[in-house]
Amino acid sequence: MNTFLSLIKKESLSILRDPRTMLINMVMPVILLVLFGFAISTEVRNVRVAAVVVQHNDTTRTILERFRTNPYFDFKGLATSAQIDPLMRGGKIDAAVVLRQGGAGLESQIIVDASNSVISQSAVSYIRSVLSQGGASLPVTIRTLYNPELKSSYNFVPGIMGMIFILVCAIMTSVSIVSEKENGTMDLLLVSPVRPITIILGKLIPYFVLSCMILSIMLTMGYTVLGLPHTTQIVHIIWITLVYVVLSLSIGLLVSTVVQTQVSALVMSAMMFMVPVLMFSGMIYPVDNMPQPLQWFSCIVPARWYISAIRKLMIQQLPLGAVAREAAILCGMTVLLLTVAIKKFKSKP
Amino acid sequence: MKLSSLRNNLRVLRALLVKEVLLMRRDPMVPRIMIMMPVAVMLLMPLVASFDVKRVGVAVVDNSNSLLARRIVADMSASEWLVVDTVTPSYQVAMNALETGDADLIMTLPAELETHPGKLDIATNGVNAIKGSLGAQYAAQSAAMTIRGWQAQQRGEPGGVTPEISVINMYNATQNYRFFMIPALLGILLIMICGNLPALNLVSEKERGTIEAMNVTPVGKFTFVLSKLIPFWVAGILISAVGILIGWLVYGITLEGSLWEVLLVTILFCLLMSGFGVTVANRSSTMMQCILVMFAIIMIFQLMGGLFTPIGSMPEWAQAITYAVPTRYYIDIMRGVFLKGSTVSDLAFEFIMLTALALLLCLMAALTYRKKS
Repeated sequence: MNTFLSLIKKESLSILRDPRTMLINMVMPVILLVLFGFAISTEVRNVRVAAVVVQHNDTTRTILERFRTNPYFDFKGLATSAQIDPLMRGGKIDAAVVLRQGGAGLESQIIVDASNSVISQSAVSYIRSVLSQGGASLPVTIRTLYNPELKSSYNFVPGIMGMIFILVCAIMTSVSIVSEKENGTMDLLLVSPVRPITIILGKLIPYFVLSCMILSIMLTMGYTVLGLPHTTQIVHIIWITLVYVVLSLSIGLLVSTVVQTQVSALVMSAMMFMVPVLMFSGMIYPVDNMPQPLQWFSCIVPARWYISAIRKLMIQQLPLGAVAREAAILCGMTVLLLTVAIKKFKSKP
Repeated sequence: MKLSSLRNNLRVLRALLVKEVLLMRRDPMVPRIMIMMPVAVMLLMPLVASFDVKRVGVAVVDNSNSLLARRIVADMSASEWLVVDTVTPSYQVAMNALETGDADLIMTLPAELETHPGKLDIATNGVNAIKGSLGAQYAAQSAAMTIRGWQAQQRGEPGGVTPEISVINMYNATQNYRFFMIPALLGILLIMICGNLPALNLVSEKERGTIEAMNVTPVGKFTFVLSKLIPFWVAGILISAVGILIGWLVYGITLEGSLWEVLLVTILFCLLMSGFGVTVANRSSTMMQCILVMFAIIMIFQLMGGLFTPIGSMPEWAQAITYAVPTRYYIDIMRGVFLKGSTVSDLAFEFIMLTALALLLCLMAALTYRKKS
């Protein structure tokens, strides 16, 4: 037990020795939460629109007035039809509306910069509703469940958690073990009478503690600054996250048994775990939109299940039963990876 | 005298370059990454990166069981974007479908739908904000069209035809989001290859102590740093070419503008990222420090540069910050040149800013490099 404690102490000291790393570990989640919570939004706003009016009259004037006052538009004024193309190519406007008096009343045309198809689809839909406001309004009321203000942060917070823990646990653990290998200090530990399992735990526990600290920072920020809905599911959020942390630690351990240098450890963790978390977990891009084979592939990315579970618990506030499948898969993956990692670590020459 | 010292420097540079190439060959990891990464990024990322709202699942709670209700459901099923998964008289069943993720929105039709249409009710799942809001608009428009047409028919008017507004989609007529992503994805490759790899390379020499050996030689610091960077610049340009080729062969995206502009912006961005990488490497003493700082800043570059989400959607203060984010200019220029055929004069501001930032970062790299610690 004494050896075990001193190993933990040694590892903690080597983490603490480098205050910059510690600082980044603590500050990065905060910055990411602020960026995702306040700056980054997938909702299309401030559509820059210019108008070409062939013949001014009362109708066109009210329409222009509606564009000026609508908060979704940034009205860039009138233009001639020859100016539209240069304006769009220089990236000055996103869309242009051409209003012309035809035989059967006002004829209108929307010219939109479709290079970003997401903006263009929304822009066309907004402009249509502005142009047709004269008619009867839609006989429909729309309510938004779970996220009434359509905040992007609700969608992103679980994703950031999924990413940060892979970064801290998998990448930092693997690099720290491999750096001992590179420096040759690992051999010293291995020839000592300390059992391999003690060495592993001594390595992993400080990072586990660090992750718990980061988790508490993120939850505190989420529930205070970002205003996530308060929920009684918080207990489940915490234990599922802890399972995920152990899973990430096992990944780090596994990587460290396979590679020989720090650069390879970094590249391997980044390529095999970081990129999949960004791309295949549904953090930014919905899993449903992927081609079928990639959707199957996404099933082996642990973050996919973690993020899905946390979204259900944190945002939709569903009971634990709704995430039973995700939780079971995560636990299964954790046990499997941890066993394999420890086996491989022990069997090393 | 000047000329001979220049010649001498060039000779040293050549020797150092040979050393770098030999080192790269010895560690097969780096060249392997250089081949694997562009292929993986260019092949997989465009498939994954899609916000397209295509298949919005609708659960209909039908309290009226009327002809009009069936017509609304049929019209929605026929539309391009909506899929009606469940039609049920029970709100609870529909809610379960929403909770399990089978449906994205619930449309409730009132009992007296035909006689007294009143208001339909749409409840949408807001967890995915884009899908929720666009899906609800699609469903609302579809249902409104059906109801208006039906009302007009009841009154004996010819079917409710509203004057259609014509839409012209410029530059990307098929509205393919992949065309929008591919030019910007090349930026990710350049960040990795011209930013990350040289930084890691420099710090690994620091950790191993070989940089000390280099510092006590008469080799100038510029020569040394250049020898580190040139291989990655070459790699960056080659990999961009491979990326463009993959984009063309696999996804059929062709260059609207001229190749010279692409080359210019690629060179500028390579310089910029390597200046940034060297600066970070100069200020770090261990790999871990270096990679964490790089990761944190690159994350901000990617998120604030408009790679995944539009800059126009950010609040004012965040948009102001993006002017200091170099990826923003690279991404804007690449997208402009590729899709719209923009020229240097169209994007003069972006080019000037990118050049200025590249110079600034290279200057910082030179200033922070110390031969003595």
